[in-house]
Amino acid sequence: MTPNLVLALVVGVLFGSGVILLLERSLSRVLIGIILLTNGTNLLLLLGGRPGEAPILGVTPDAEMSDPLAQAMVLTAIVITLGLTAFLLAMAYRSWQLTGHDEVRDDPEDRRIVRRAKRHELAGPDDNAGEGPWPPPGGVVGADPEQVDPEPAPRRLDDEPGGQA
Amino acid sequence: MSYLVPLPVVVPLFGAALALVLGRRPIAQRAISVTALVVTLAVAVLLLWRAHWHGPLVVHIGGWRAPLGIVLVADQLAALMLVVSAAVTLCVLLYSIGEEERADPGEHTPVVIYHPTYLVMTSGVTNAFLAGDLFSLFVGFEVLLAASYVLLTIGGTEERIRAGTTYVVVGLVSSLIFLTAIGLVYASTGTLNLAQMVGRLDALSADLRLALHGVLLLAFAIKAAVFPLAAWLPDSYPTAPAPVTAVFAGLLTKIGIYAIIRTETLLFPDGRAADLLLVLALLTMLVGILGAVAQSDIKRLLSFTLVSHIGYLLFGVALTSGPGLAAAIFYVVHHITVQTTLFLAAGLVERRAGSTNLDRIGGLARVAPLLGVLFLVPALNLSGVPPFSGFLGKLGLLQAGVSAGGVLPWLVVVAGTLTSLLTLYATTKVWSLAFWRPPRLVDPEAPARLPRLMVGATTVLVLLGVGLTVAAGPLFGVSTEAADDLRQRVPYVRAVFPGGPP
Repeated sequence: MTPNLVLALVVGVLFGSGVILLLERSLSRVLIGIILLTNGTNLLLLLGGRPGEAPILGVTPDAEMSDPLAQAMVLTAIVITLGLTAFLLAMAYRSWQLTGHDEVRDDPEDRRIVRRAKRHELAGPDDNAGEGPWPPPGGVVGADPEQVDPEPAPRRLDDEPGGQA
Repeated sequence: MSYLVPLPVVVPLFGAALALVLGRRPIAQRAISVTALVVTLAVAVLLLWRAHWHGPLVVHIGGWRAPLGIVLVADQLAALMLVVSAAVTLCVLLYSIGEEERADPGEHTPVVIYHPTYLVMTSGVTNAFLAGDLFSLFVGFEVLLAASYVLLTIGGTEERIRAGTTYVVVGLVSSLIFLTAIGLVYASTGTLNLAQMVGRLDALSADLRLALHGVLLLAFAIKAAVFPLAAWLPDSYPTAPAPVTAVFAGLLTKIGIYAIIRTETLLFPDGRAADLLLVLALLTMLVGILGAVAQSDIKRLLSFTLVSHIGYLLFGVALTSGPGLAAAIFYVVHHITVQTTLFLAAGLVERRAGSTNLDRIGGLARVAPLLGVLFLVPALNLSGVPPFSGFLGKLGLLQAGVSAGGVLPWLVVVAGTLTSLLTLYATTKVWSLAFWRPPRLVDPEAPARLPRLMVGATTVLVLLGVGLTVAAGPLFGVSTEAADDLRQRVPYVRAVFPGGPP
């Protein structure tokens, strides 16, 4: 493909929208973001190679051949992404099976901080770290400025880190 | 001898296929996995011997000469990494076999896919070390990452899926950045063969080179868990099964460091990112260890020390001097061994006491004295208490930093000393809470005897870590020579293109 402004812009738009979707909480949207990013990257790889006719010896003169290596790399990248997309989809499905949603939850550390903020540091030693229910009852969720989306209601509340389902 | 080079990649891959076919026969499966890794280890030792005495070994896959074909290069650095990683993966495999035999019915790992995935991951690791061009490095990364996604979420419990989500998404994004870097490098140099890129990158304008350098560093820094890009690590590693966490902690981040070493020496030796890397090294050390100090769970604490000690490795690389690089290579070897051992010991603690939460366990030194020794020795080793190899590695790095001079290296030297002390504080905290105090077990029903194979594998690794002290002289010799080769760049290029790059 001959590199031109339109194609470069397309790469930029794909990257941009991919990054925005990556920042979402829902795994399905993250997945779409990753797919967009991958397509942007593949297009970029393709633009890196020399444009021209199909690179077949004896059919196309050497000087008019396109660069087959870039195409080979894109093919490899597509195969790899296909597999990983399938894996991520399976994870989103499993997450939905287990919790009723596919949203990426806060990590134990964030939950600890939110709980501390809720208690205004009044409580004594933090001896049950990571054991309380999440989300904490009583709308503390809104206190988390990082979180844009409302927290979905989890089906289960006994989420001890490392605990077995 | 060059027929040996592909074996560390091919043997585990072949073993993985066999292990998958024999999924219904656990004993055959275990025998195959162990054999494959023993063979890999033997080949790696031979490669190191050969690379040390006779120079790098190169194999052109399928007989296609470089730069058209794919090359695998086993120089001293790659061979040394192969030896360490093969030894560590073998020990962890034995540990996990010991765990399988006594698995609790509740958290029974699906044995059928565990062994094949583990072997695939090993072959990805070895492929990344041996890769002679950027794209096969990418493929090696993808192979090991894909396998690691499966290992991390094995069993598919809620907590693992949660941790796995972050891990997989971060892994995918870093791979995409790497792929973008590959596209940009190819567009600007027309090659991906590392040896051929050397000359072509030098011919580019300095600014373009800096841009390419930056994108590559970004991709590798995510994989290596360098400070601002390290948040994914302590969040995801601790939830995986103990042997998986151990091998991840030991190897996966070090492959990022390995890639950074190659980038900084072979591709971009101009050292324009050196100051940035020094700052990042300083921040990684301090932020990581402060995170570790605040933790109340052994596995999370160890994950933070892992992040923190990546800073040391980065420091050595960022000094762009021979002694710095040599010390960094020695430190990689030390850190792979010790960090893996500590995670295995944490796994033993979890098995014996029922938890790794420091608030809920105590008195293990009285209940299980051997376990105490198995934890204490690598913990002291990690903190850099003399005469262990951690001390020697840190000493080498600090000496290199002092001799480099300048404000920034001195600052990092101070930070490094502080980090070492804080590491000692963090590990002492684990020791006094989990091993001293009156005995307190979450699961008093836990069997008093730990599986012999698990203890044996951990002991071997502890001894290996102590052995690094004894073998520090020759090992420093190898790493110094490897560093010299890297800094000269000529041996690598000449090995791939005996007649000069086309």
